Amino acid sequence: MTATDKVWPWKLLLAGILILLAAGIWGSVSRIDYEWRWYRVPQYFLYKAEDAIKTPFDGVVKEVSASGRDAVVTLASLDGEQQKVTVDGETIKVDAGDDLFEGDTIGFVYEWNMGPLLTGLWTTLWISAVSSVFGLIIGLIAGLMKISKNYTVRTLAAIYVEVIRGTPLLVQIFIAYFFIGTVFNLDRNVAGIGALALFAGAYVAEIIRSGIQSIAKGQMEAARSLGMSLPQAMMDIILPQAFKRILPPLSGQFISLIKDSSLVSVIAITDLTKSGREIITSTFATFEIWLVVAAMYLIVTSVLSQFVFYLERRYRVSD
Amino acid sequence: MIKAENVTKIFTGRGVVVRAVDGVSTTVDKGEVVVVIGPSGSGKSTFIRCINGLEMFEEGHVYIDGVDIVDKKTNINKIRAEVGMVFQQFNLFPHKTVLENLTLAQMRVRKRKKKEAQDKARMLLVKVGIGEKENEYPSRLSGGQQQRVAIARALAMDPKVMLFDEPTSALDPEMVGEVLDVMKTLAKEGMTMMVVTHEMGFAREVADRVLFMDEGKMVEEGTPEHFFIAPREDRTKLFLKQVL
Repeated sequence: MTATDKVWPWKLLLAGILILLAAGIWGSVSRIDYEWRWYRVPQYFLYKAEDAIKTPFDGVVKEVSASGRDAVVTLASLDGEQQKVTVDGETIKVDAGDDLFEGDTIGFVYEWNMGPLLTGLWTTLWISAVSSVFGLIIGLIAGLMKISKNYTVRTLAAIYVEVIRGTPLLVQIFIAYFFIGTVFNLDRNVAGIGALALFAGAYVAEIIRSGIQSIAKGQMEAARSLGMSLPQAMMDIILPQAFKRILPPLSGQFISLIKDSSLVSVIAITDLTKSGREIITSTFATFEIWLVVAAMYLIVTSVLSQFVFYLERRYRVSD
Repeated sequence: MIKAENVTKIFTGRGVVVRAVDGVSTTVDKGEVVVVIGPSGSGKSTFIRCINGLEMFEEGHVYIDGVDIVDKKTNINKIRAEVGMVFQQFNLFPHKTVLENLTLAQMRVRKRKKKEAQDKARMLLVKVGIGEKENEYPSRLSGGQQQRVAIARALAMDPKVMLFDEPTSALDPEMVGEVLDVMKTLAKEGMTMMVVTHEMGFAREVADRVLFMDEGKMVEEGTPEHFFIAPREDRTKLFLKQVL
């Protein structure tokens, strides 16, 4: 394509194809007579929880005063002990001077709580973040081991990488939880994060190894000729340059990890995927929930790719 | 200052055994400038890389100030801090500014304070004629400027000896002069130097002694006068006829 070619016809074509696809999906869904109930979805993000406030002792209502939408009720026990409680002003069930017995309801308070979709997302994010950090550390160590001059060290790292890359993550998670987890009495979160970190580490090791080997040999020689030790040369000269080069594949790996983390739902960790499944069992809103869950993963991963894109541009200064 | 004894470096690969450096012995005294010349593949670069242990060798010894670098008890990093090296390909650190290139090893190896290292670096950058470039990244400099930064980087460690491995071979012809000028100044100031080069003019003008290597062996050694006017060996005569 030459520079003078117009782009807009192709944009038009793209829009046309996308519209056709959407129409196709819409058409096939109509045929199976599915009842969309999108209105049921928002409550699984945020919901209002109701909590009844009860009298802690036998006594009287001394005073009721308003504070904004809330009402502050001052209670006095028979022994003269005083306590103030706050309830929603519209739900108050007592007046000043009323006699109360322990356990009587004074009123209600309402609170916004995160629904299962948000708590699940949060679990997915922190599990991915912690696994990424450990995966990076494991991968860095294994990557350095792979380029070691020592045969044993090198081969150990190679075996680790081969075993992890040659078996499915789902099976690794089962082994981590049901076998290793049982033997060492591990919490499911530890088993899940451990499996994800080991899995990511094997791929990170290969990325780091190739990154280090892509740095010209003269860089290491120059650093060593100045009297720097091997670890110093690695930390100050080789790794910073290698890191810049491997940033795209490395971030791709961590973005994959966020998606792969959905597999820990099989050992009953309530991540975003498991939350989605739980909601579906109580609502049967299968289509809506899976589409929402997919969109949430997509938002997280695209935000991350944009961030990496920004980093790449910033680091390009010294090239 | 430098004493090399019977240094032999053997490369093996695909069933071929090459004695890249074959029993070379020489000494470089304090303040002396020794130039190593020879055809490509003669092992002269490999030999100079053996002097600071960048290339490990199979036989022989190298003593720097009386310390054997082959000895397992020797801290090679300490020796290398005393032996500056300049490479054909400059090998500046591309992710660091010119100033940082000069200060990093000072702080890491010599344990100097940042201020002290920067003062030293600025002084040396002025000396090699690129004082105004301290905040540039190496990729923004010309080849000649990069090589002068590389020389300043090595000097920042206050080395007792400087090794130059074909410092002008990767340069455009018009930039060779500026690098050789810096090296000449260094030689005049009494720096002990070992230089692998194809610059015969430099050898003639600056060298106290010239070594001629071919096929891994030291063929001839002598003063420039002896060497360029009345060489003994036929191999040397042939080489000089080809390059002069």
